[in-house]
Amino acid sequence: MSVLIYAEGFEGKIKKSSLEALAYGAALASKLNTSAIALATGTFQASELSALGKYGASKVLHVSDQRMDETPVAAIASAIAAAANAGAAQVVIMPKSALTDSASSKVAVKLKAGVVNNVVELPDLTSGFKVKRAIYTGKAFAVTEINTPIKVLLLRKNAMNAIANGNDCPVEAFQPSFEATDFGLKRLKVEKAEGEILLPEAEIVVSGGRGLKGPENWHLIESLAKALHAGTGCSKPVSDMDWRPHHEHVGQTGVKVSPNLYIAVGISGAIQHLAGVNSSKVIVVINKDPEAPFFKAADYGVVGDAFDVLPQLTEAVKALN
Amino acid sequence: MKILVCITHVPDTTTKITFTDQNTKLNTAGVQYVIGPYDEYALSRAIELRDASGGSVTVLHVGDAEAEPTIRKALAIGADDAIRVNAEAKDAFFVAEQIAHIAKQNQYDLILMGRESIDFNGGQVHGMVGELLGWPAVSPVMKLDINGGTATLAKEIEGGKEYLEVALPLVAGCQEPIAEWRIPNMRGIMSARTKPLAVVDPVGSDAGTTVAEYQLPPAKGSCKMVDAANIKELVDLLKNEAKVL
Repeated sequence: MSVLIYAEGFEGKIKKSSLEALAYGAALASKLNTSAIALATGTFQASELSALGKYGASKVLHVSDQRMDETPVAAIASAIAAAANAGAAQVVIMPKSALTDSASSKVAVKLKAGVVNNVVELPDLTSGFKVKRAIYTGKAFAVTEINTPIKVLLLRKNAMNAIANGNDCPVEAFQPSFEATDFGLKRLKVEKAEGEILLPEAEIVVSGGRGLKGPENWHLIESLAKALHAGTGCSKPVSDMDWRPHHEHVGQTGVKVSPNLYIAVGISGAIQHLAGVNSSKVIVVINKDPEAPFFKAADYGVVGDAFDVLPQLTEAVKALN
Repeated sequence: MKILVCITHVPDTTTKITFTDQNTKLNTAGVQYVIGPYDEYALSRAIELRDASGGSVTVLHVGDAEAEPTIRKALAIGADDAIRVNAEAKDAFFVAEQIAHIAKQNQYDLILMGRESIDFNGGQVHGMVGELLGWPAVSPVMKLDINGGTATLAKEIEGGKEYLEVALPLVAGCQEPIAEWRIPNMRGIMSARTKPLAVVDPVGSDAGTTVAEYQLPPAKGSCKMVDAANIKELVDLLKNEAKVL
């Protein structure tokens, strides 16, 4: 028996959301009186993996096959299912991402497991296995009972604190058997997005809307984001008008974020935008219209022109550091 | 080319969500239902591909008769025929089983759907259908072209876009900007009334997951306003009160 956590990486580093999933898996394993085993796929330095012990892993299984660096979803799903079988996992935990959305569905079918996405809390084990998940893009929650022997959970970002307080753990090579079709998709090329901070992983997000008046003014958003080490986002009209690339569109049909701090500048706060940001811990709204609906969803508000407020805010943040 | 497009019937994105029956059911009073927005991108791309190289587009929905206006809208937009599996969509696996069952009876080259439904946001069905059929499944797909028996596509990955090539058949979960939404014209609306809509019984097993209770997020406290002339105060509040800097 065990709890298996898939520790997803990005360019050789284990992602923060994976550390949160590990903390979640370790807490659940201790409730179930079993151990938390991590699985990593692709190329990592040994120290990056042994450090997962600090977040609660009792050991790390490592599939070092270099083909995994191209994140072939089917092969990753096969590896996760094989590791779950090898360790008789009762629960498989993954950090929610574009990759695990796809991989988890294959794992669930392979393991005949019920799967729940966007999990926000540790499960309630008092009668059966009930876990709370966000639905309607964060507008509501569903307490969901999983009735299958094996459970697959995808943990929403920022739902759990990852704190390093243990020791390094052993790393074991793991070699699952792959199916021929696991590498059936041919990668032609990859286009990297600009910017160093992944929007879905960012702890702070600065987003701009039509109040910025045009793409030529985005340096104001970018300067503030740089001072805060934040990711940058935008509203749907802004991406529809091609002021900003589609992958920055935050909202119901775009990226959903749950950072510690979300700063919205010149965004009125249509319900579809709020759906993508309402699980942020703290929301700051800067808008020159005091009637903007976004203020109702905000923790802090400034009524003012983005062109006045942004440079001042950037300077004040720089002064803080 | 035969294309199957799976659509959801979901509350419009502007819906204010509330629950009824001791928080076990969505309060549907006044709710406008629509084709899932991601599904509508899938449908639009399917119609473009058919119009370019021939074939047919079938829409599939798992749900009760209340969804028929939504299915008719998909026919008005340009699908050729429709299938409704007459069953409550119990969970992702149940829906995937229905789709896989229909797919096994017909020779589809391509199964398209949205990257996720906008009600439960699971994003699971396309991958499950692929696994059940032994077909490759890719999501979220932002660009899809078919050349003979080969698909080339762009998939969103964290930190960018990945371009892939794969032989058909294929399952794809779609999102913008794969196609422009299409607005049904009068001819489409008229012809939709007489296009075939088959109703079939479900197959398969009990759901692996069931919802015990729905909950709403706690109400947000009031917004603390900061004077635009005193932005330093905002930074102080974020650092010392909210503790997020």
